[in-house]
Amino acid sequence: MFEFIRQQLWTPLINFMVPEAYQGYALLTLDALTKVIVVLVCVLTAFAYTTYAERRIIGLIQLRLGPNRVGFFGFHTFGLAQPLADGVKAIFKEIIIPTGANKTLFIIAPVLSLGPALAAWAVIPFSEGMVLADINAGLLYVIALTSLAVYGIIIAGWASNSKYAFLGAMRSAAQIVAYEIAMGFALVGVLVASGSLNLGDIVRAQSGSVLNWFWLPLLPLFLVYYISGVAETNRAPFDVVEGETEIVAGYQVEYSGMHFAIFFMAEYANMILVSTLTAIMFWGGWLSPFQGVPVLGEPHILWLLAKAAFFLYLFLWIRATFPRYRYDQIMRLGWKVFIPITIVWIVVVAGLVVSHIPPWFN
Amino acid sequence: MIEQTLFYIAAAVLVFAASAVITVRNPVVAALTLVLCFFCNAAIWLLLEAEFLAIVLVLVYVGAVMVLFLFVVMMLDINIAELRKGFSGFLPIGVTVALIMVISMVLVLASGYFAGPEYVPLKHAAEYSNTRELGLLLYSEYLYPFEIAGAILLVAIVAAIALTHRRAKNNKSPAPGTQVAVKREDRIRLVKMKTEQQS
Repeated sequence: MFEFIRQQLWTPLINFMVPEAYQGYALLTLDALTKVIVVLVCVLTAFAYTTYAERRIIGLIQLRLGPNRVGFFGFHTFGLAQPLADGVKAIFKEIIIPTGANKTLFIIAPVLSLGPALAAWAVIPFSEGMVLADINAGLLYVIALTSLAVYGIIIAGWASNSKYAFLGAMRSAAQIVAYEIAMGFALVGVLVASGSLNLGDIVRAQSGSVLNWFWLPLLPLFLVYYISGVAETNRAPFDVVEGETEIVAGYQVEYSGMHFAIFFMAEYANMILVSTLTAIMFWGGWLSPFQGVPVLGEPHILWLLAKAAFFLYLFLWIRATFPRYRYDQIMRLGWKVFIPITIVWIVVVAGLVVSHIPPWFN
Repeated sequence: MIEQTLFYIAAAVLVFAASAVITVRNPVVAALTLVLCFFCNAAIWLLLEAEFLAIVLVLVYVGAVMVLFLFVVMMLDINIAELRKGFSGFLPIGVTVALIMVISMVLVLASGYFAGPEYVPLKHAAEYSNTRELGLLLYSEYLYPFEIAGAILLVAIVAAIALTHRRAKNNKSPAPGTQVAVKREDRIRLVKMKTEQQS
């Protein structure tokens, strides 16, 4: 497909517009641009249908129907057009800027929260060789970008000139800093086990069978990573940042229309990112669980998508099941439970690697 | 060519942001421009193929230090008029100090001590991993300095916590550990008794 776009679209365009000397650069840039657009479109479509899936699945869990009316061409089609309707609605709503708000920061806050969430997809390997930027420090890049997500939230809270929004921002800053450390340490375990910071190499280090995937030797780190991921994305049961019962909707209380929708986009893009990363780092990425079996054993992008979809489903399941945490308990879990667990398990993993314990590290 | 262009863009934004840090009136905006400084710095380091340092700069300073910084700055109620009160009075002293600083820096930097031979960074192949090289050096040749630095930082953390940690006198906050350990028998007492006759 990329070959087709290059030959039919970019090459004529470049021949027409760019001087001879720079055509190589231009083609390279436009090729990269095509891939970026394809990934972004996929992520944003996934975002749209995750909101739909969330409402339907939580509806079914709570014995309701969920949105099942909006469809195409006069048919209901299980409400599949609901995300489109929501998007159109959000675009046509008025954007209200509160009095006394810092206008510039108020407007760039949603952008700052969406930017890192999308930029992190640059290093995600979807399949063998199917990655936008195959950089050596991929894992570090992902950690750095997920740590930037907090800026959008605290700037939004501060710039809104509202006490509820500000309280939400303060809660979020404290919570994200706490869980980021546990998350980073969990990833140090992955790094020690695989011996590489490149996400593709991390997947390749897990080849073998289901038992070779890192979920088994790194079981505590896997759990810590996933739970910290839920906390970092401010999802239930860690969503005290929005806590409707106490601070209305937290940092986004003053936002309306598309601004509000962009915060949601960032939250869901982060959810999908955490699910995909969990699949890549602990569940063998694009590797098949039936390695060795003829057709089923082939590594394929569908395996990655299936695993990511499962972890995404877990997000929704958790939200529908658990009541909200109390704030001091969130802090206690992050600082006093997760960080010690990860530190101990890093030492254990290092021991396993150094003594070449089969079947993982021989 | 492209690298030079990128360098000049990053350097220009860096200088602009750095001067904005000290000239902007709003302290929150000043902190945010400092964040922009770190980003431009990271971009320049990336151009030097020091990707580990660049990403760690973003991770540590932007992702953690500046978040806490903003956290504190946002909670301060800073009265700018009050701060600017004695500005004209302090101006001569400030300008003198700044001039002395500039002159001494020029004298030191132009003395030829830092000039050395023209240094052009080596270009490496695609599979060269900056992170790996750094790790190999840190854990072999520079092991002792690295460990000593780590120990000093640990002492600093412990000291900072020990100095600032004060338990409030009338703190009635519950201890979650004991709350979790509570059993049904601790809270509920079932009493067996006969039904009383209504008199």
